[in-house]
Amino acid sequence: MIKDKFDAIVVGAGPSGNAAAYTMAKQGLKVLQLERGEYPGSKNVQGAILYADALEKIIPDFREDAPLERHVIEQRLWTMDDTSYVGMHYRSDDFNEENPNRYTIIRAQFDKWFSGKVREAGVVLLCETTVTELLRDPQGRVIGVRTDREGGTAFADIVILGEGVNGLVGQRSGLRPELKPDTVALAVKEMHFLPREVIESRFNLTGNEGVVIEAMGTITDGMTGTGFIYTNQESISIGIGCIVSDFAESGRTPYGLLEAFKRHPSVRPLLEGSECKEYAAHLIPEGGYNAMPQLFGDGWIVVGDAGQFVNAVHREGSNLAMTTGRIAGETVVWLKRRREVASEANLAEYQRRLEATFVMKDLRKYRRIPDFLHRNKQIFGTYPRLLTAAAQTWFRVDGVDKRAKEKQIFQAFRNGRSLPGLIGDAFKLARSWR
Amino acid sequence: MNTTEVGGGTPGVPPVKVEERLFQNRYLVDAGRPHIKIKAHTTPSKALLALTHLCPAGCYSQNDKGQVEAVVDGCVECGTCRVLTAKTGEVEWNYPRGGFGVLFKFG
Repeated sequence: MIKDKFDAIVVGAGPSGNAAAYTMAKQGLKVLQLERGEYPGSKNVQGAILYADALEKIIPDFREDAPLERHVIEQRLWTMDDTSYVGMHYRSDDFNEENPNRYTIIRAQFDKWFSGKVREAGVVLLCETTVTELLRDPQGRVIGVRTDREGGTAFADIVILGEGVNGLVGQRSGLRPELKPDTVALAVKEMHFLPREVIESRFNLTGNEGVVIEAMGTITDGMTGTGFIYTNQESISIGIGCIVSDFAESGRTPYGLLEAFKRHPSVRPLLEGSECKEYAAHLIPEGGYNAMPQLFGDGWIVVGDAGQFVNAVHREGSNLAMTTGRIAGETVVWLKRRREVASEANLAEYQRRLEATFVMKDLRKYRRIPDFLHRNKQIFGTYPRLLTAAAQTWFRVDGVDKRAKEKQIFQAFRNGRSLPGLIGDAFKLARSWR
Repeated sequence: MNTTEVGGGTPGVPPVKVEERLFQNRYLVDAGRPHIKIKAHTTPSKALLALTHLCPAGCYSQNDKGQVEAVVDGCVECGTCRVLTAKTGEVEWNYPRGGFGVLFKFG
């Protein structure tokens, strides 16, 4: 299909693949990018939040024409039970800054835009092309890819795998292990459309201001997981996700869980009268640092979700994807300039460079959290119930004196989780968080 | 895809028909070439059986002989079924051919 040899082949046109391809092409490298969807973004799903910093380091003036929805001025964290939530809301006019820090985006549109920049930089993009396997030389070095196109092989000095969480090429080539049901989450999401004035009045917004809500509690029915609600210009993204093994054991359906979340008395009024125009589902790699595979080898590098680059605690992923893509691209450019080959030894530079960034620092910091959350389901059931009950006891005025109320709340916590349980949980959380 | 009801399983929430959701989506179905196949079996494993409720597109159902069947026209290509049955090897999973399958407008 492609006769010429490339400096690099990038598998996938999501944020990580685009970041890698763009970085290399801007430095004059000859890059081929392969995407299995009809257009970049057609197979991709995200909440979605765009973190400006990671993209700014690649395309500093992205705000001029990127399809951004709303810049986030308010973050809500809801701990929910069946009828109520206890919320921590942070809203600041400081986020109405000249160069906002976070935006909501619509992923398919964003990926299309990013891909346009990548092609402008000179990358050859082939869509509707699925990579079926890696090609190796007799020494085992990766030298190219085979695709499902007629005669579809292509060769390069290095292959960058930005093929996403469900990346079969790397797994089937033995570069990384199969995903495990207890470290991967399944999230489902709907896009609900409403006139922008309605969204602005319901969320107390003006202009392009936006609100994001992250929610946990009984909405996941005892499973490890969270829900989210993001405001776009004329739509609301709503979704919920839980660990796959929890879903398998619970017997719950993902869309049943989403339906219950939508019907929660605190959520329903936000969506009232909206029209759902898309239903999507996607896996999220939530295993963190301990689930990270080998990141490079002779002739290959892995970036983005395929490399488990997701910070589940802070709901960050696309920024890790873009950063790993950029660093991978920079590493390849650096090797090229030094006229060195893409051997495993030389590509260790990729990991060295990553170690200096927030990506590895954050993932290492939270390396114990996925396991903690998986083993301590009370975080998602018992505590939300105790917290909301305490709030209700405290706020309901019913002739009971305040000291008695305090006692009642304290007793409820002791009955609900026992004193050693409470202390143990606090200790375990602190140790995992450290 | 299945037309049977797939229950929400959550107390207080009426069963939801997943087909109504998938109706909103765009697909380019590769007719006659399903990208997911279930290997022949008499009794499904626990993992395979779980897919009848776990698949977010409701692609899996149980026939009257107790075997699990799949109709993957509405598949959203998440890969959950592949991950869950990786150990038992009951599901043969490939991406649809380039260009086919689900096409997200919003993602």
